[in-house]
Amino acid sequence: MTPLPNSLRAGPDASGHFGVYGGRYVAETLMPLVVDLEKAYRAARQDDAFAAELHGLLRNYVGRANPLYFAERLTAHLGGAKIYLKREDLNHTGAHKINNCLGQILLARRMGKRRIIAETGAGQHGVATATVAARFGLPCVVYMGEVDIERQKPNVFRMQLLGAEVRAVTSGSRTLKDAMNEAMRDWVANVEDTFYIIGSAAGPHPYPEMVRDFQCVIGNETRAQILEQEGRLPDLVVACVGGGSNSIGMFHPFLDDDTVAIHGIEAAGEGIDTVHHAATMARGVPGVLHGSLSYLLQDAGGQITEAHSISAGLDYPGVGPEHAYLRDVGRVQYHSITDHEALEAFMLLCRLEGIIPALEPAHAIAHVLKVAPKMKPSDIIVLALSGRGDKDVFSVAAALGETL
Amino acid sequence: MSRLAARFASLKAAQRSAFIPFITAGDPTSALTEALLRALPAHGADIIELGVPFSDPMADGPAIQSSSLRALSGGMNLSKTLALVSGFRRHDAQTPLVLMGYYNPIHAYGVARFVADAAAAGVDGLITVDLPPEEDAGLRSAALAHGIDVVRLATPTSDENRLRTITKDASGFLYYVSVAGVTGTKEVAEDAVKAAIARVRKASPLPVAVGFGIKTAEQAARIARLADAVVVGSAIVTRIGAAHDEGRKDEDLLAHTLQFCRELAAAVHGARG
Repeated sequence: MTPLPNSLRAGPDASGHFGVYGGRYVAETLMPLVVDLEKAYRAARQDDAFAAELHGLLRNYVGRANPLYFAERLTAHLGGAKIYLKREDLNHTGAHKINNCLGQILLARRMGKRRIIAETGAGQHGVATATVAARFGLPCVVYMGEVDIERQKPNVFRMQLLGAEVRAVTSGSRTLKDAMNEAMRDWVANVEDTFYIIGSAAGPHPYPEMVRDFQCVIGNETRAQILEQEGRLPDLVVACVGGGSNSIGMFHPFLDDDTVAIHGIEAAGEGIDTVHHAATMARGVPGVLHGSLSYLLQDAGGQITEAHSISAGLDYPGVGPEHAYLRDVGRVQYHSITDHEALEAFMLLCRLEGIIPALEPAHAIAHVLKVAPKMKPSDIIVLALSGRGDKDVFSVAAALGETL
Repeated sequence: MSRLAARFASLKAAQRSAFIPFITAGDPTSALTEALLRALPAHGADIIELGVPFSDPMADGPAIQSSSLRALSGGMNLSKTLALVSGFRRHDAQTPLVLMGYYNPIHAYGVARFVADAAAAGVDGLITVDLPPEEDAGLRSAALAHGIDVVRLATPTSDENRLRTITKDASGFLYYVSVAGVTGTKEVAEDAVKAAIARVRKASPLPVAVGFGIKTAEQAARIARLADAVVVGSAIVTRIGAAHDEGRKDEDLLAHTLQFCRELAAAVHGARG
């Protein structure tokens, strides 16, 4: 293995690659557009006014900084390391997705784009996009798989209340990956006036970098807060990984801290030895989908296979390219958690802390249930609680055999 | 001289534009593709574009999406596609055949092994929709070493600068995507295509094929007056899909598809007469 670079925070390279991963695997029609987007993003990052506007919105509209909360009863219950929860669930719209959407819509305005499109799986990114589109008075179309529309009806209605048009995607497996295909088809047909707000740290360069940068507010705040509360860095940082936006935002500010272990948790669905899982890192192989090279669930012929998870937000056959790189260089360890384990963790957090977590971070909690008891009481774990679970009560009820 | 270069040279001598039909390998069955490939040259195909089905065809509209799904549900894949090409080559040594598809099946197959097998099967060129010049160096150098051209795409969004990037290292021919959008949805705008072809010709001496919005014989004839080749895809696979859905027998479906190709070819070949 080649030696690691001095900083793991320096990527991607000039061509948008993290090691071999990432890149720009898009139709030629979109190439000038993604090149323009990168230029506009670089210019925005140099502009203090852009940073000030984003910071103001994150504070006064989203409610940042959100707390880093010491989960005292969960810690006592497990009898090991101290557990802190980064409360992204307390953001406006109930999840971390809004951090990125605000950044991207400010960029869309700078670029003079007049129409917003997005894809959504669980509906959280769709709701966050519809929210910022309403806030800035831009028309918004959200693509959502027919299967996901059926299982996430409350979020569909929320998007409609916010003025977005939700378009049902009936192609392919009718879930998140197909919604993303359809959003890209819309984009290629409307290149002049449309800005595509991608919700995961995936897609063609510069999206993985840009989404990561907008989500790094999670890790930056966490780092400052733990230093303030404990006077030192944590021993372990944990977050769930679907496409990987909340996790890369949480992990990135800690990548160069050698004493901090980092665990990414993906969805094992019914188990990684079944065909019903979304464990891209455990069972995928590198391939190209939606604009970048990364680990993918696919068959031997290179056809993308369907992911499965009880959590619609983790139900994606790919993963952001920077995660693929961090896996290969060994900086982040990726583990997986089954639907069943996530449900148990979901219930436990409700009862012990009075917090109903989204099913996505419930996977991260389930992992902490396994590792915290093996750690010392002086050790510290921080966990990204990426969203609240109100959207999931119907899924959880169904899994428990109850009807609401 | 490669089959593609030879074909374009003879068409140029005859002052004719090339007709390039697109069909998807295995749509709706492997047997039907085999029969179509074998019959297409006699029905006016100068070059054949054979689609490699992919589960997530992001640059394609509903017609080719459905076509890919029909092929995949019948078990088609890249190695079976190459077997179809080998079969075709046993009967036809002259008609150039170009594979069109997405990068992931090639990546999964392995680039080095793929270009060797494709060359052995008799593939002449590759159009890989989601592999822009920035990402195609590996496939391009491997393919060229086996005498396979990597066809670059130019689009309505390609300005002079971008055209320089696209045409540098291009080989075989250039494929001008005549509409900003996915295959088979918008209608081709002839005036815009005319201006675009002039810009592309200024950037490169390679032959220029036009595709993506051509649905009728009339449109094909108008584009044939401007371009070196005319590609028709969605309109053909739409007919295959409809005939399949109506439950028509193979020979009927074949005759119906070939009749349409014959009309398109006649329009393209007669356009400059």
